[in-house]
Amino acid sequence: MNTPPLPRSARLRAADLIGVGLLGLRGRPMRAVLSALGIAIGIAAMVAVLGIGAASQARLLNRIASLGTNLLTVTPGQNLFGKNTPLPDAAVDMVGRIGPVLSASATGSVAGATVRRTDKIDPRETKGIEVLAGRLDLLPTLGGKLSAGAWLSPATGRYPAVVLGATAARLLGVDEPGRQVFIAGQWFTVLGILAPLDLTPEINTAALVGWDVATSRLGFDGHPTKIYTRAVTEAVGAVRDVLARTANPQDPSAVNVSRPSDALTAQLAAKNTFGSLLIGLGAVSLLVGGVGVANTMIISVLERRAEIGLRRALGARRRQILLQFLTEAVALSALGGLAGAALGVAATVVYAGAQGWPLVLPTTGIAAGVGSSIVIGAAAGLYPALRAGRLPPSEALSTG
Amino acid sequence: MTSSPPVIDLDRVTKEYPGGVCALRDVSLRIVPDELTAIVGPSGSGKSTMLQLMGTLDRPTRGTVRILGHDVAALDDRQLSAVRASWIGFVFQQCYLTAHLTAVQNVANGLFYHGLPRRARLREAAAALDRVGLGHRRDHRPAELSGGERQRVAIARALVARPAIVLADEPTGALDSRSGETVVQLLHELHRDGTTIAVITHDAGIARSFDRQVEILDGEISAAGSA
Ligand SMILES: Nc1ncnc2c1ncn2[C@@H]1O[C@H](COP(=O)(O)OP(=O)(O)O)[C@@H](O)[C@H]1O
Ligand SMILES: [Mg+2]
Repeated sequence: MNTPPLPRSARLRAADLIGVGLLGLRGRPMRAVLSALGIAIGIAAMVAVLGIGAASQARLLNRIASLGTNLLTVTPGQNLFGKNTPLPDAAVDMVGRIGPVLSASATGSVAGATVRRTDKIDPRETKGIEVLAGRLDLLPTLGGKLSAGAWLSPATGRYPAVVLGATAARLLGVDEPGRQVFIAGQWFTVLGILAPLDLTPEINTAALVGWDVATSRLGFDGHPTKIYTRAVTEAVGAVRDVLARTANPQDPSAVNVSRPSDALTAQLAAKNTFGSLLIGLGAVSLLVGGVGVANTMIISVLERRAEIGLRRALGARRRQILLQFLTEAVALSALGGLAGAALGVAATVVYAGAQGWPLVLPTTGIAAGVGSSIVIGAAAGLYPALRAGRLPPSEALSTG
Repeated sequence: MTSSPPVIDLDRVTKEYPGGVCALRDVSLRIVPDELTAIVGPSGSGKSTMLQLMGTLDRPTRGTVRILGHDVAALDDRQLSAVRASWIGFVFQQCYLTAHLTAVQNVANGLFYHGLPRRARLREAAAALDRVGLGHRRDHRPAELSGGERQRVAIARALVARPAIVLADEPTGALDSRSGETVVQLLHELHRDGTTIAVITHDAGIARSFDRQVEILDGEISAAGSA
C-alpha cells in the first residue's frame, strides 16, 4: 500500500503567538484591565520612587557642585591631655600663606554675648543665635551673598554695626537693615542680612560684628574659633593634610579640620525611608497583582475549555496551547507594567517639576519595572498554562 | 501496483471510559477516499466517541486506529497534532467561532497551526468562504450571521487546510430544519467536488440521503451500508 508520509509539524511564528495572546485579552477587555491594575500600581510606585529619588539626587549633586567642594574649616580641639587649646591669633594669616590656598578668613566666638530684639527681653533667651566676630574677608571666602543691606567694611567694622545670618534675622524679626538690636548691653545697628548659606549653616544663625568692635566693646579675646579657607580644587587634599600643622605648629593634634561638603555628599548615600516604604508597598502590590493575574488566567482556562479543544482539533500541540496561555499572562502583566511605568514617569515629572528639581528619567527603573512585570506574568501564568496544555482535547470538547 | 490506504481504518476498536462505561465495543470501520459516510444512531450510542477516535482526539482502550495507513498508537503529541492540522477537518454541533473575529478571520484559524504567514492564511480563508457560498459575508462577525451561516463558516474552517477527511459531529443538531437542509446540501456539494466526509447524525432522514450509512447502537455497529 502507498502510505503517504506523515505531515510535518509547524512551529508557531512569534507574531502569531503574540497575536493569539492579545486576542485572548480582547475577548474580555474589562477583566484584563482590572487584573492588570495591581501590577500597574506596583510598577508605578516603584518607578515614581526611583524617578523622584534620582531627581532629588541630581538636585543635591548640582547643589554640591555649585557650592564648591574646596572649602575647608579649621576649629580648635583638645590636645592629647584633653585640654581645650585655642587657635593662635596668627593662624589665619599662616593658613593664607599656604601655596594653593585662595583665601582664608575666620570667625571668633564672643563669649557670653547674646543678641536680643530690645533691652526688655530676658538675656537668657538667646534663641540659639551666636554673636561672632567676623573678619572682613569672611563673606568672599564663604561665597556668601547679602539678601539686604551691606557687609562689614573697614569703617563699619569699628562701629557697633552687625550683619545678621538669614535665620538669625528671621528669629529676631528683623527684615530690613537700619533696625537696632541689643547685644551685650549695647545697641547695634543692623547693617545687612545674609542670604542662607548651605555649606556653613552656623553662619545662618549668627550675628556678625567687626573684629575690632568685638575686641574693643564686647570683651572678645581675639582668638579665631573657626577658620574658613578655599583652596585650589585639585589641591584640596594636600592643603587639608598640612592645615593642622600650619594653623597650630605647637600643637597640631589639638586642631580639627573638616570639609563641609562632605556632609552633603553623605546625604546622597543616606537612605530615604519614605522611599523604601513606597518600594515595599509597590512590592506588595506587585505580589497581589501577580496573584490577580494567576487567578484571572485560571478562570480563563476553565471558561475556555471549548476553545482549547477546538485549537487541539485544528492541530495545536500541547506545548502551543501552553505557550498561548503563558503569552497571554505575560501580555496581561506587561501591559500593566507599561501602564504603571508611564504612570510612574508622569508622577515623577509632576513632582520634580513642582519642586523645581532637574528631571532625570529613571531608565533602569523603567526597564526593571517592565522586566519584572514580564517575569511576574510568566510566573503567574505558568500553572494555568500547564493546566491548559494538559487538558485532553476530548474532555475539552465535551459539553457535559 | 499501488493502492492508497483507507483514510480512516478502525480495527476492532474498543473504548472504555474511566468509571466502566464501554462506549465502543470491538468496532471495525474503513472509510476510503471520496466516500460520503453517515454514522447514524440514537443519543448515547457512541457516535461522538467514534468521531474522537477517528479524529485522533482520543486513543482507544483496545484495537488499532490508522489514519492513511499510520497507526495512531505509534504517534506522539507532536505528530498527532500535525495529522489533525493537515489531514483532518472537524465540524462540531456548536460552531465554536470566536465572537470578536470576522468570518474570514475565523476560517483562517483553520490554518493557524500550519506555519503559513497571516496574509496567506487569510487568502486561503477567503477562497474557502467562497466555496461554502459566504464570500459576501467575509467581514461579518458571528453575531451578524444566521445559525446556518455560522455552521457554514465552521465548515469552511474545516476545509481551508484541504484535509484528507472532514469529520462532522451532528452539524445540523443545533439548527432549524431549513438551515439544516442547506448544510446537508453543502456537504453533498463538497463531496461531489471530491472531499471525503463522515457525518454523524441521529437523524435517520438525513442519513438516508448519504451514499453509505453505518448504524451504531450501544457501542456496536449494527448495520453497515455498502461503499
Ligand atoms: N468522557 C466521558 N467519560 C465517561 N463517559 C463518557 C464520556 N464520553 C461519553 N461517555 C459515555 O459514553 C457513551 C457514548 O457517548 P457518546 O459517544 O457521546 O454518544 P453519542 O455521541 O452517540 O450520543 C455514553 O454512555 C456516554 O455517557
Ligand atoms: Mg454525540
